[in-house]
Amino acid sequence: MALNLKQFVMEVKKGNISVVENTKKILAEAEQSNSRQHYFNAIAKESALQQAKEIEAGIKTGRHQGKLLGVPISAKDCICAKGIESRAGSKILSGYLPLFDATAIEKAKAEGAIIIGKTAQDEFGFGTFSNNTGIGFPKPLNPLDSKRSCGGSSGGSSGFTAFTKFAHASIGQSTGGSIACPASFCGVVGLTPTYGRVSRYGLIDYANSLDKIGSIGKSVEDAALLLEAIAGYDASDSTSLNEKKEEYSKLDAARSLKIGIVKDFFSGCDSAVQKECMKAIEKLQGNGAKAEEISLPLNAKYGIAAYYLISTAEASTNLAKYCGMRYGLHEKLEGNFNEYFSRVRSSGFGKEAKRRILLGTFARMAGFRDAYYLKAMKARTKLINEFRQAFSKFDVLVNPTMPIVAPLFSEIDKLSPMQQYAMDLCTVPANLAGLPHASVPVGKHNGMPIGLMITVGHLQEAKMVEAALAVEGVCK
Amino acid sequence: MGKQTVDKALLLKVAANARLNLSEEEIKEFLPQLQEILSSFSKLDEIDVSNEKPSFQPIRLENVMRADKKEKCLSQEEALLNSKNKKGGYFLGPRVT
Repeated sequence: MALNLKQFVMEVKKGNISVVENTKKILAEAEQSNSRQHYFNAIAKESALQQAKEIEAGIKTGRHQGKLLGVPISAKDCICAKGIESRAGSKILSGYLPLFDATAIEKAKAEGAIIIGKTAQDEFGFGTFSNNTGIGFPKPLNPLDSKRSCGGSSGGSSGFTAFTKFAHASIGQSTGGSIACPASFCGVVGLTPTYGRVSRYGLIDYANSLDKIGSIGKSVEDAALLLEAIAGYDASDSTSLNEKKEEYSKLDAARSLKIGIVKDFFSGCDSAVQKECMKAIEKLQGNGAKAEEISLPLNAKYGIAAYYLISTAEASTNLAKYCGMRYGLHEKLEGNFNEYFSRVRSSGFGKEAKRRILLGTFARMAGFRDAYYLKAMKARTKLINEFRQAFSKFDVLVNPTMPIVAPLFSEIDKLSPMQQYAMDLCTVPANLAGLPHASVPVGKHNGMPIGLMITVGHLQEAKMVEAALAVEGVCK
Repeated sequence: MGKQTVDKALLLKVAANARLNLSEEEIKEFLPQLQEILSSFSKLDEIDVSNEKPSFQPIRLENVMRADKKEKCLSQEEALLNSKNKKGGYFLGPRVT
């Protein structure tokens, strides 16, 4: 059993754990497992060891402190790390070596974290199962059953967090549920903060008004500690929120919670998933929480459509910059610019990326923009207001994170793209509204984990962590 | 949005706008998939948004300008590091016409 991050840091500070030796061990584990499990798109062996040596030397001279001192941290491939190939899981970014660290990486490093590598994901985050990996990227396999998906799109982050024997947490990213979903499928904890709480500077974006960087850990406390380290105002991101820093890792489990059970989301889930989630809620009630049902009919009915129209529209503009110049995939300069750009893009993007670019381009085209893109943006206002009303009555809203346990790859292959999108029913609404949410393991069905999703109002991350600790406490 | 039919002509027009060349195989695969997706999205027709303003962001944001001060930026050499097509300190691109 791995130490939790706080214990690990304490042992490092006491000199009981060698940061260099520990880093070597987890790098070896990452490398050895990668040919089979595929959690990493890049393993940063050299730079991680260099960092470890510097930290170890710093500890001896008393120079290094830090909340994550010597802690091995992985980051989703879409989060830029200086000198480490960062491709967001796409062939079109082949060879891209960022010249800078994303703010989240920089903040984690400033707390003493060691960046061990970039984790596997659906290309640009375009997926629910990490099955839409880019051309030439293998799919990460669920650590509990290699025939099953890790979930997506932060699949490598969750998979490795569950897989590793060592203290470790991962920086993930969510657009429509990409932290909560894989956390649920792999049986780990995923925390997604309010939109703007963690700087997006250095994030290879999917959809600007939806992307959020967050944390994945083996426990609520681990994930909370990493979130605490990476959150905070950043002038380099114009959407960064200038809010007071909070210490999420020092919070205690909530005792008296007013819980809203989102019945519309429950009803779309497998009965075994519903049962385990209800058991957890009943245990919370036994501990003093009050729970009642609530309905979010607009979010349940229109969430998926509004989300996919907005996210693909934004993605299609973001991905317009990839054209075989300046960085990433290059080809021989032949033909005029239209011919060259089209050739590089057609060979660099995978199928789901192409589908989403086409959908998003369509939704923004003259003659269709008002009916699709603008309509979805207006519907979003209604969906956000529905959440606001719910939070006037409840502290937290709960529902299963995913309607199913991690599916077999053979089952996913039978689903059409629309059927795959529909699996995001429970996670998309909170993401569309930019609301903080956690996924905490509450039980298992046929050996596969089930996550409970806890959603709170904007900027209520502390409440989210307290509620997550309460859920974790009663489900141990 | 009503019932929007996705035919080959529309798909090719969208693809051209997006600078994507689609193979015959991709066209065959994408047509019914995009049709299914758009048909499903058309349920947004039911929701009345006549009095709503669009939420381009999920949370209220202040417009921010950075201070009008000189900041560190990449050197020319650094800016060119990730490019394979370059010449004499410049990016080399495809011809314009």
